[in-house]
This record gives sequence, structure tokens and C-alpha cells, in this order.
Amino acid sequence: MAFLLEVLIGGLLAGIMYTMVALGFVLIYKASGVFNFAQGAMVLFAALTFVTLSEHGLAFPWALAASVAVMLALGVTIERVVLRPLVNAAPMALFLATLGLAFVLEGFAQLIYGTQVHGLELGISDAPIRSLPIEVSKLDLFAAGVAAALVAALGVLFQTTRAGVGLRAVADDPVAAVAVGLDLQRLWAIAWGGAGVVALVAGLLWGARVGVQFSLSLVVLKALPVLIIGGFSSIGGVIAGGLIVGASEKLAEVYVGSHVGGGIETWFPYVLAVGFLIARPTGLFGERLVERV
Amino acid sequence: MNDSAPLLEVQDVSLSFDGVRALDRVGFDVRGGEVCAIIGPNGAGKSSLLNVVSGLYRAGAGSVRFEGREISRAKELSALGIARTFQNLALFRGMSVLENIELGSDFRGRATFLEQAFRLGRAPREERRSRDDAREILALLEIAKHKSEIVGRLPYGLQKRVELGRALAPRPKLLLLDEPMAGMTFDEKRDMCRFIIHAHERLGTTLVLIEHDLGVVMDLSDHVIVLDHGRKIADGTAEAVRNDPAVIEAYVGNFLD
Repeated sequence: MAFLLEVLIGGLLAGIMYTMVALGFVLIYKASGVFNFAQGAMVLFAALTFVTLSEHGLAFPWALAASVAVMLALGVTIERVVLRPLVNAAPMALFLATLGLAFVLEGFAQLIYGTQVHGLELGISDAPIRSLPIEVSKLDLFAAGVAAALVAALGVLFQTTRAGVGLRAVADDPVAAVAVGLDLQRLWAIAWGGAGVVALVAGLLWGARVGVQFSLSLVVLKALPVLIIGGFSSIGGVIAGGLIVGASEKLAEVYVGSHVGGGIETWFPYVLAVGFLIARPTGLFGERLVERV
Repeated sequence: MNDSAPLLEVQDVSLSFDGVRALDRVGFDVRGGEVCAIIGPNGAGKSSLLNVVSGLYRAGAGSVRFEGREISRAKELSALGIARTFQNLALFRGMSVLENIELGSDFRGRATFLEQAFRLGRAPREERRSRDDAREILALLEIAKHKSEIVGRLPYGLQKRVELGRALAPRPKLLLLDEPMAGMTFDEKRDMCRFIIHAHERLGTTLVLIEHDLGVVMDLSDHVIVLDHGRKIADGTAEAVRNDPAVIEAYVGNFLD
């Protein structure tokens, strides 16, 4: 029983790491209906920026502040240079633009930061805490705390600030948003800047776990089942989605994997996602696509 | 503002879609405090005209001036004091009635992101003002009891009323209404008429409206403009327009077509 609990909690905490990546997608999807394939590249770029600054001797708070500034600038620039010229283009064109953007960002990161693997030390060990009755990694707990703080901050911003309410309004009905005089382009820039900052947080936590290297941009692939299960447009949904993916893959690995030779953790979430696509295509909390005719 | 100068001046506006002429040198003035109706048979160019005035369409020729200044872009309108409603409702259907109405006047706020997140500086004052303004609109349109409901779940007539509220929230000087009573039941129409009159009288809003129901138009309006095939065929008081042979011809002629 203690073992089951340990696997479950380990899985839930791992799921929070997936949620962090998925959150960046939701911010942009909610505000502009764009599936941002470059989110993974943004995670990589953010982590590389931070690590490089740290390695050049910048203290943690300064490196963090500088990285936040870089990611905000990057987000705003992407909105201005890539998306603004494509206003009213088909969703597929926008998706392909972000796909291209992913390659450009990765290439650009290689060009300025090089291709070495960097270690990232946040000063929190990934070793289990011994004093608790069940073994839990300190880094996992820290990540969970950061995720909770980030989600709470996003919640406050969406509920109380004009930009947040504006973003919800744009997501709800862009035509009405223009009719009341909301500045769509400014709001999109805010969403992209926000996604940049979320990418930085995800990049630091993932970087501390697996090292900062180019495969970091592949964490988006794990965010996909999270988004499919939770819904592309719901922050609560991706939290639930992340937890479901994390817990189910670990449980499946331990209890099913042992009978089939193991290694099912890597593909189990996708099978689950396909199941959701068949049973509930809009995800657990996504808006249902009901069109009045 | 000089009393004799019109609030809105539309001069020689023409508009074509792929060679089809939707508006042909249409011009008219709307004075401050007036209720002006634009009527005409289907396809006469009424909505096109309203879309040009509100900057959604760019006229091929001619100009639209508000308080003497030329308007060209839709996003400047709210700051100038012009609001509009749409034939197919532009509302935030997933948000509450109160949020919809507050969003109507949102662009006036000046507090920064951080002031709002931490409720400092200008944020609380602006929030209070926007809440008070919204409350007044809710009372005026008698939708206070629905303020927390999600707009998409309300019946159509009420949604129309919320949209009117959203447009009135920033206290516009000029309000453009595109078929405010389309698709309503008799009772809903009567209520809507009352609310439009209230808005006009209590908030002093100048109104330009498109409407099909001629009875409603004749009752509400000080000034009626009649369009047919993209041209203005009459412009005057309701009484004068009603007896204009060209108007009778346009309406009767269209019935016979």
C-alpha cells in the first residue's frame, strides 16, 4: 500500500512538470486560437539563456530577472514579426508558422549558445527526502510549489487585471472585443510574453532535472497528451490533465509494465490521449464545439 | 460644441463590393440629441452605411466626420465616444452580464497591470467607477437581477438588452444600433423601445438606428433617412418621409417586384 502511494505521488508530481509546459500552450491558445508548436523551443531557449547567464557569473536573481526580460521581449517580438502579418490567416497557416518558428528558435539558440549540454543547479537536490514515511523528491515538491504559485498568479491576473479580463474577452469573442475597443494586438503580445515567462519557469525546472540540452524542446511532446486530456483552453484542465498523465504513466509502468517487459511509460500517455480523442475530443474541461445553426 | 454644428456628418459616401455598388454618394447629418433612423427595403445598403460610419468598412469615396474630425479606423471609435451594437450580437457569451457591461467601458481605464494585480494606485478608484457605472446601466435596462448569469444562457431578447447595456456602458455620445429589435417578440420589442427611449432621455445619447419595423421607427425617431438601391431617396422628419412619393414608390415597388 505504501508502495502504491509512493508511485502515485511520484506520478502526480511528475505530472505537474508536464502541466508547466502545457500552461504555455493554453495561454496562447486561449487568447488567439493558435496552437504554438514553438512552445518547446521557447522552453529550451529560456533555459539556455538562464544557464549561459549563470555560467558567465551572474547571480541567481539577476540571471532570472534578465531571462524574464529576454523571454518577454521574445514573446512580444514573435507576436509582432510572425503573427501580426498573419491576422485572419487560416488556423493551419498559423500553426505552420509556429512550426517554422520552432526551427528558427532552435537554430538561433544553437548559434548564440552553442550545442553543449549544461548542468543546471537550482540548489535543490533531486534526491528523496528520507524523513518522510514515503520517498518524495525535494525537487518534485519544489516544482509543485512553483507550479501552484504560478497558477495562482495567473488566476489573479486573469480575474482582476484589465489585461486579464481583456484576454478572457478576446478568447470568448474577438468581434465583440473589437466592438468594445479592446486592443487585440496588445493583448496578443501580452499572451505571448506571458507564455515566454511560463516557458522560462518550465525550462528551469526541467533543466534542473534532465540538464539543459536540445532534447529539452521535446518536452512539448509530453505536453500534447496533457492538452488533449485537459482541453486546450482551460488552465484547470491542463492541471488535471498533467496529473492524470503523470499518475497513470507511472502506475502503468509499475503494475502493467512488469508483465509486458517494461518501457510502457514512454508511450502510455499517448494511448490514453487517443482514448480521450475518441471518447471526449474537447478534453475534460475544454469548451465544447457547439455551433448554433 | 456649437449647437448648430452636426455631431455626425456623412458626406458623399460610396462603397462597392467587386463592382457591385452598395452605396452611391450618400450624405446626411445627425445633430446632437437626435434620434435618427435609417430605413429602406432589404439590400438598400443600411448595414453597409452603418459599417462605414463605424469604421468597419472603408468607403471608396466620401468622408465621415464626428465632432468635426474625420474617422477612419474602427479602434479609435470607442475613445471618441461612439459605440454600436450588431445585428448578430457581439457579446462575450461565456462571461457574466456584469462582466460584459464592465468590458464595455474597460478601455477608459488607465491603471497599469501591477496596480490592478495588487489593487494599488488608480486601480481601486477605476474599479469602483466602472462598477458604479455598470450598476446604473443594469438598473436602467432592468437586468440587475441577471447580473451574475452567463450571457450565453440567457434568452435572445435579454441578450439583445445586454448588448445595448455593453454599448451604453462607456456613456457614448453617439450610439449606432443595427436592428435592435430584429427577431424579437412583440413584448420584447415594446420593452426594447422603452429602454432605447430611456437611454436617449436619461443619458442624453444621440442615436442612429436601423430598423425594419416602420411603426417603431415612426414613433421613436426625430429624423428618418430612407435608402433604396444604395441611394438616399428621402431625408426628413418622420411625418415628411411618410408622405414622400419616392418612399412610397420604393416600398410599394419592392413589394410588387
